[in-house]
Amino acid sequence: MQSLSVSSFCKRGVLLALGILLASGSHAQQQDFSKVKIEALKVRDNIYMLVGSGGNITLQIGADGVLIVDTQYAELSDRILAKIRELSKGPIRYIIDTHHHADHTGGNAKLRAAGMTVSGGNVGGDIADAGAGAQIIAHENALLHMTAPPAAGQPAIPSAALPTLTYFTPKKDLWFNGEGIRIMYEPNAHTDGDSIVYFRQSDVISSGDVYVTNQYPFIDIANGGSIQGIIAAANNIIDLIIPVYGQDGGTLVIPGHGRLSDIGDVINYREMLTIIRDRIADMIRKGMTLEQVKAAKPTQDYDPRWGASSGFWTTTQFVEAVYKNLSTAQGK
Amino acid sequence: MNSLIRSVLLLALAAGSCLLSSAAMSEKNLAGVWVGTYSEDWPDRFPGPELGDYAGLPINDADRLRALSWSASLIALPEYQCRVHPSDYANSFADIRLWEERDPITEKLIALHLQHFAWQTRRTIWMDGREHPPEYAQHTSMGFSTGQWDGQVLTIHTTHLKEGWLRRNGAARSDKATVTEHFIRHGDILTWTVVVNDPIYLEEPFIRNRDYRYSVDNQVANYACDSVVEMVRAPGYIPHHLPGTNEDVKIFAETHGIPYKAAMGGAATMYPEYIKVIRSLPVPSPR
Ligand SMILES: [Zn+2]
Repeated sequence: MQSLSVSSFCKRGVLLALGILLASGSHAQQQDFSKVKIEALKVRDNIYMLVGSGGNITLQIGADGVLIVDTQYAELSDRILAKIRELSKGPIRYIIDTHHHADHTGGNAKLRAAGMTVSGGNVGGDIADAGAGAQIIAHENALLHMTAPPAAGQPAIPSAALPTLTYFTPKKDLWFNGEGIRIMYEPNAHTDGDSIVYFRQSDVISSGDVYVTNQYPFIDIANGGSIQGIIAAANNIIDLIIPVYGQDGGTLVIPGHGRLSDIGDVINYREMLTIIRDRIADMIRKGMTLEQVKAAKPTQDYDPRWGASSGFWTTTQFVEAVYKNLSTAQGK
Repeated sequence: MNSLIRSVLLLALAAGSCLLSSAAMSEKNLAGVWVGTYSEDWPDRFPGPELGDYAGLPINDADRLRALSWSASLIALPEYQCRVHPSDYANSFADIRLWEERDPITEKLIALHLQHFAWQTRRTIWMDGREHPPEYAQHTSMGFSTGQWDGQVLTIHTTHLKEGWLRRNGAARSDKATVTEHFIRHGDILTWTVVVNDPIYLEEPFIRNRDYRYSVDNQVANYACDSVVEMVRAPGYIPHHLPGTNEDVKIFAETHGIPYKAAMGGAATMYPEYIKVIRSLPVPSPR
């Protein structure tokens, strides 16, 4: 299933501390990208979801140019660029990284190089290459992870692939292609550097990996992730959404992985995670050990839909992560 | 024109048009308002099922735990109040209206549209041979439906459903389910058969029938819903029963003297032979 390969990419990116971000050789040995096709799904008038391998890409196009949320893998950049050019000939101005994982940032360098930043005044005078390449926006913690010393034997991420503009506040706003775009920080969720991107006029949210539809969300504890933060992010997304009626239509959500969603899907996701969180928290309160919790199968009813018995992010790992989160002081 | 010649010509035209229309119309005309008949499953359809009644549903262990964890307080949350019934369930309620969308030149059937009384939802059944969207496209409560005529039976295939339910007491139907429906018209009676295939939550396909009578006089009423805060809850609160703590689920079995195990459903409970099994199971004392 596609989700498994997507996950394996995600983990590899984490395990190798993103060292192989641009090392196409080692990627190609492990994963055959030759058959990956980049497909575009029209979401709203000027918003597209690009699907290939790795995290979903959100594309916003218009008179000002192109804005991209997440960039998948470096190996796919040429195909992604070709697909973008089918939809817009405008300059790529902005790239937003929802977080640092390689399956969402691998194409940063190539897509940035294909674009340009609007620059002038004292900035253009002081920084000679300020206009070269698109701006890459991310939360500060995403940049910190990308510039952390790489794992042994792995190359560092080249500076051309790093965010060029970071924020450390709850939100960062920009106006592009005739609409306000709000980038919101979701603390300690999938990682500690997650952003969701809200296109206010188009009424579309690009969620990154705090919301996925293909499997239990990966809680990257090593990089500050937590189940509480993921649930909080899902609640924040639900708060932003205005449906047409009941749980249908209105604001649309492009997930980090999986299918285009509306509020009903995010509500089901939030319900599933909240119930699992409550069950494991109750077991911890009763003094159950991790082994006892695992034996009690607290995710049994959701496993056929969300779980995995093999691959990178198994149900067991998910339960372990939730248990670990909730056993610590911050998690309670 | 000579009246004899004219009569012959008219006759020929009439015969020709009859031939043409019968050739084109091996398919039935389903358009109109169809009023639900309630000769079966009344409690399940209007009053709503009893808590703990999953008998006759081919649910697996995972879905049973979903059901036992479900709390009716969930639907008091504002975001759940106006949640519509999915297309594989909504036909259970009251009347439906079907109408055709035809190409104005060729009269070819492009789509059938169906409106449910319940929640006033509308769905489209594409009849023009188009393909279903890729899996990563949006799922909806109505799903994406294509239909074709198998003789005089309209068969519909639906994908891209959001998560729904088999019964309104917690038995979930997953978003991986696909649904096959048949509309069969016998004069003024229309039978709807729905077959739910769910690789996540069902041991066997779940099949349900509903009947309708053609109506000359009725219209499908409108249906409005507005969510309100009925109870102040902590943000993000989701009512549910922790495993093993749901006492409500005994209500159905104890009220009707049905063994707990039988009330918990599973494919075996769909079949008549299960009566033999029921006789061997302990019966709970009545409440
Ligand atoms: Zn990720």
